[in-house]
Amino acid sequence: MPDQFLFAIEVILNGLMAGVLYALVALGFVLIYKASGIFNYAQGVMALFAALTLVGIMEGQVPFSHLINATFGTDVHHFGWHVPALLAIFLTMLVMIALAWCVQRFVFRFLVGQEPIILFMATIGLAYFLEGVGDLMWGSDIKTLDVGLPQGGSFWIEEMTVGLGGDGFYGFFIDKLDIIATVIAVLLVAGLVAFAQYTKQGRAMRAVADDHQAALSVGVSLNFIWILVWSLAGFVALVAGIMWGAKSGVQFSLSLIALKALPVLMLGGFTSIPGAIVGGLIIGVGEKLFEFLIGAPFLGGATENWFAYMLALLFLVFRPQGLFGEKIIERV
Amino acid sequence: MLDAAKTTDTQVETLLEVNNIEVIYNSVILVLKGVSLNVPKGGITALLGGNGAGKTTTLKAISGLLASERGEVTKGSIKYRGQPIQHTDPAETVRKGVVQVMEGRHCFEHLTIEENLLTGAYTRTDGKAGIQRDLEMVYDYFPRLRERRRSQAGYTSGGEQQMCAVGRALMSRPETILLDEPSMGLAPQLVEQIFEIVKTINEKEGVTFLLAEQNTNVALRFAHYGYILESGRVVMDGPAKDLRENQDVKEFYLGVSDEGRKSFRDVRSYRRRKRWLS
Repeated sequence: MPDQFLFAIEVILNGLMAGVLYALVALGFVLIYKASGIFNYAQGVMALFAALTLVGIMEGQVPFSHLINATFGTDVHHFGWHVPALLAIFLTMLVMIALAWCVQRFVFRFLVGQEPIILFMATIGLAYFLEGVGDLMWGSDIKTLDVGLPQGGSFWIEEMTVGLGGDGFYGFFIDKLDIIATVIAVLLVAGLVAFAQYTKQGRAMRAVADDHQAALSVGVSLNFIWILVWSLAGFVALVAGIMWGAKSGVQFSLSLIALKALPVLMLGGFTSIPGAIVGGLIIGVGEKLFEFLIGAPFLGGATENWFAYMLALLFLVFRPQGLFGEKIIERV
Repeated sequence: MLDAAKTTDTQVETLLEVNNIEVIYNSVILVLKGVSLNVPKGGITALLGGNGAGKTTTLKAISGLLASERGEVTKGSIKYRGQPIQHTDPAETVRKGVVQVMEGRHCFEHLTIEENLLTGAYTRTDGKAGIQRDLEMVYDYFPRLRERRRSQAGYTSGGEQQMCAVGRALMSRPETILLDEPSMGLAPQLVEQIFEIVKTINEKEGVTFLLAEQNTNVALRFAHYGYILESGRVVMDGPAKDLRENQDVKEFYLGVSDEGRKSFRDVRSYRRRKRWLS
């Protein structure tokens, strides 16, 4: 039995790590939703786009090379240089900021004061557009992303815990990448919270989230705040893209992680940054543990695919604002 | 009880000049049909009228908030210190010294009172010391806010929210405050208190006020000059003292006349007749 118990702990730990990655994606949604009331369907595609751009820049790929070759009959593929990871990440961030600016300048500036559903539709359009542009710019083949993050099982932890549950126990197997992802996610969240709480722009961001009109009336520039928020969401997407990309390669399916973030949001609440984190962890641990304890022995396995959505459904019925969603303050 | 001298003196500089503006919402709904008014520096000017008269729209046209509600100034001009401002965005207008306190207070509910006030100083670039000084000034005008500085604005009372909204506007160091319906939903005592503070701010800090109000009685007691709007037009204007004495104003807005209280039916038909004439 201690074997089983220790194995359960390992499952939980792995679940926590997976949860952190879900939380990273969910965080991007929360940021934009809070500040502009827009549910950004394109968040997943933004992560894909960020990862594609990062790989493209690192490898020195020529953007739009297929298009150029097809139009001019040339044959360009690579510049022939390799950009170091940190510089590439920085450049990618600049691209994401430019993207945020474009999104605001060419799409949402014209939709101020429109119904939420219209804004949502616009983000669906944006998702398809970005997907297409990503393909066109960097090609649609599966790429590996290696920014120098350590990968593989952590022998250190394994050795430390070996023999804990008697001779049959080999120690915990935990991916180093997952540990790094956790650390980075924690730092990211701490940074975001500090930014929102203690800086002038962060305060303005929260003000805009509360009341656009009032924020306008005291001279906060909505345009600027929204570009800021989209840039932050782009940054979060980039981090999520790096983590997921390093784990499973940069490919189209990366954009589907956004779907995994939906239950996280329903659990944690659309408006809460801590909610996104805790929601992600609960889903991560929940689905692994459910599979381990109930799914695999009794239901024939593969419950991981739907467990999160079932949980979200339950939450929608009994606690629609999520665990940490802001209570709507209503005064009469 | 008010010194009419301020407004009768023709030498006072005109800060804000609204010249025959027409406002259309959604490209179809005509709300203002030619409103003109002048706001002298250092005065309290009242914009009076019933529901839907166009008071709020006028204020929003000045502050530039119309654009975010799909409204547009299609004719006429709005000038502040001689510069046209009808197409400047709200942030720029605030930097020019005109800030609006919106109807229904519109505090940032999830921010604390103090954070609300600090957000008011968003456009300022003169450093933390000045902002801190003004924060103290606002707390001195509204001691109640000092007590509630750490509470979320959404959980404070209506009166406190109104104080917060006015205080927040003050934090931008404005030259002119556009105050929309400060009395809305407040107890008469509180209304009186808010207006007293407005008057004090006007006198001590020299802030110019343009206030829209349905409560004609209070507004005319505290204002120096008044404009009366009816369905998108200015139908009457004059020094507050004169308006208070005016027969029509008494009848329509204050509910009294020489022959005692009139029945509402009489007032209505009379009013309709007058409107046709004007």
